[in-house]
Amino acid sequence: MLWDALTLQLGYNATLVTLGATMLGVGAGATGTYLYLGKRALVSDAISHATLPGVVLGFMVMVALGGEGRFLPGLMLGAALSAGLGLLAVTGLTTRTRLHEDAAIGAVLSVFFGFGVVLLTVVQVMDAGRQAGLETFLLGATAGMLRDEALTIAAGGAVVLALVRLLHRPMILVAFDPEYAVGQGMRLARVDLAMMGLALAITVTGLKVVGLVLIVALLIIPPVAARFWSERAGHVVMIAGAIGGVAGYLGAAVSATAPDLPTGPLIVLAAFALFVLSLLMAPGRGVLAAALRHLRFQRRVHLRQGLLALAAGQPVYEPLTLRLMRRAGLARADGVATETGRAMAARARLDERRWQILRSDPAFEAAAARYDGLTPLDEVLTGDQIAALDRGLGPEGAV
Amino acid sequence: MALELVGRATAPDTDSPLSIRGLTVSYGEKPAVFSVDVSFRPGQMTAIVGPNGAGKSTLLKAALGIIRPLSGQITSYGRPLHEGRARIAYVPQRASVDWDFPARVLDVVMMGLTRELGLLGRVRASHRARATACLDRVGMAGFAHRQIGQLSGGQQQRVFLARALAQEADLYLLDEPFAGVDAATEKAIIAVLHGLRAEGKTVIAVHHDLATVAEYFDRVFLINTTAIAEGPVAEVFTPAHLQTAYGGRLALAQMGGAAAG
Repeated sequence: MLWDALTLQLGYNATLVTLGATMLGVGAGATGTYLYLGKRALVSDAISHATLPGVVLGFMVMVALGGEGRFLPGLMLGAALSAGLGLLAVTGLTTRTRLHEDAAIGAVLSVFFGFGVVLLTVVQVMDAGRQAGLETFLLGATAGMLRDEALTIAAGGAVVLALVRLLHRPMILVAFDPEYAVGQGMRLARVDLAMMGLALAITVTGLKVVGLVLIVALLIIPPVAARFWSERAGHVVMIAGAIGGVAGYLGAAVSATAPDLPTGPLIVLAAFALFVLSLLMAPGRGVLAAALRHLRFQRRVHLRQGLLALAAGQPVYEPLTLRLMRRAGLARADGVATETGRAMAARARLDERRWQILRSDPAFEAAAARYDGLTPLDEVLTGDQIAALDRGLGPEGAV
Repeated sequence: MALELVGRATAPDTDSPLSIRGLTVSYGEKPAVFSVDVSFRPGQMTAIVGPNGAGKSTLLKAALGIIRPLSGQITSYGRPLHEGRARIAYVPQRASVDWDFPARVLDVVMMGLTRELGLLGRVRASHRARATACLDRVGMAGFAHRQIGQLSGGQQQRVFLARALAQEADLYLLDEPFAGVDAATEKAIIAVLHGLRAEGKTVIAVHHDLATVAEYFDRVFLINTTAIAEGPVAEVFTPAHLQTAYGGRLALAQMGGAAAG
């Protein structure tokens, strides 16, 4: 059953829903990258919680007008309006009072959400409301989703993605260096509005699938995971989109096999699994890679220090150094240098002396900056340059 | 009537790359910059000098529209600031950004081409070549593909300067370009700035090291919330003016040899 879901063989509707969730995930991951890099990620949490009153009010208005209360575009419009109000409130509180953004987010998030919960409770006492299943907007549900709804969600994700592509340059520049961006004539408020507008669009699009409580995770987790894999902002955006897409796909597929489980948490758990994978496995910034690098570096330092100690005729006491040197065949168990050890020690000593001369000579300033106590000098200078240095070594040069 | 008089007095100075009239900037209700008038001269290097908290950086930021002033007019080459943006390059303090941002050195320099490239303009080989040439000019060509988080403070500053160079502007505004950089970087930066002056460009820099003012700059603008004086180093950078700007906070020895006389 799960395999059928993952290979999109659970029927037309389930397939559409899965693809819609994928598209949503791609859009969310890409959009979230700008929020994350600009350190504004939590604003999206305020936005998403501020959608609840709009959803319920939208439903009430549509029912009052004699329409179908569950009409998704109508609910999305209501959500967008109240989330827009919430966003305005956060921006207003931050720019016009001395409140910082975190406090403004906390205040807006809780008040809007609280109001929404009250409205929701009121609606659920009504007959029409009880059957509407508005509470699924909290955590998301794909069971029984209509074809049009799935298409709306996929389209929303695609539109956001296109806008992200269009606004990539200004949003990255503002995230990195807002002052410089203004100096270039960019209107900070406009770029900010665009960025938050995209987050709002994704939130509203994702309400039905992920739910308003957890949509923030789909905006934040993918870029945070993607950051482990790349040092280039453009690539982080793409990788985050991919991670978001995979999470959406997996979450929706699993949810199709287990309709009782809310879809939002499943998608978030899938995203989290990808995050853990990135955290551990990514080369460069990943935890394992960093630990390995540290170990290798530590060994090089110990070996070098050991050699320099031998060269200076000092005993090596540190157990790790001694063990490493024995294993490399440089010293015996009692700490006495072997033939190779003595030769290498002499070379290390000479290298270190050359470095010292180089570092005291302003003519070698650029090369001197590369001194780390480990790099052999011949990786930095040419043979001729080293020969020139050696003239400064003096009579005791060839120790 | 009075308004007309003011209007006449503030007729834009069309030569000046940056002309500031009646600028007041206030955080809360204590002005950081109060009613400053100053016109910077084209083709010259001017240091903005004053004690800590004198409003040097604030003046620069307000001149660029980064901070909204309480009052005042900014013109660049006789036109309102927003029409003159393309001719202005700004080098912010390097501490103002997060250097763990996912970008390579070349990516940061390419940001200098943002206006030129527009939203969707293709990045061509010629653009990259220009950015690389700017890096070369600040002695950082070998670092183009390094992650910016690996740079030293001096290298960060040079990358920021390279980004400004990529704009091919006529006016360069620098906020404390020598703050916390190594001697080699200071030398490299001053060589580039003198090169810009030789090309007829204008350089204005917030500067805090009084000892090097006379050596590096042609003109000085002394500020301590209000404008104290602006003019050639020999005329303005005098003990009397410095006394006015710094009050009792300045030992004569700090002025270096330059101000003697």
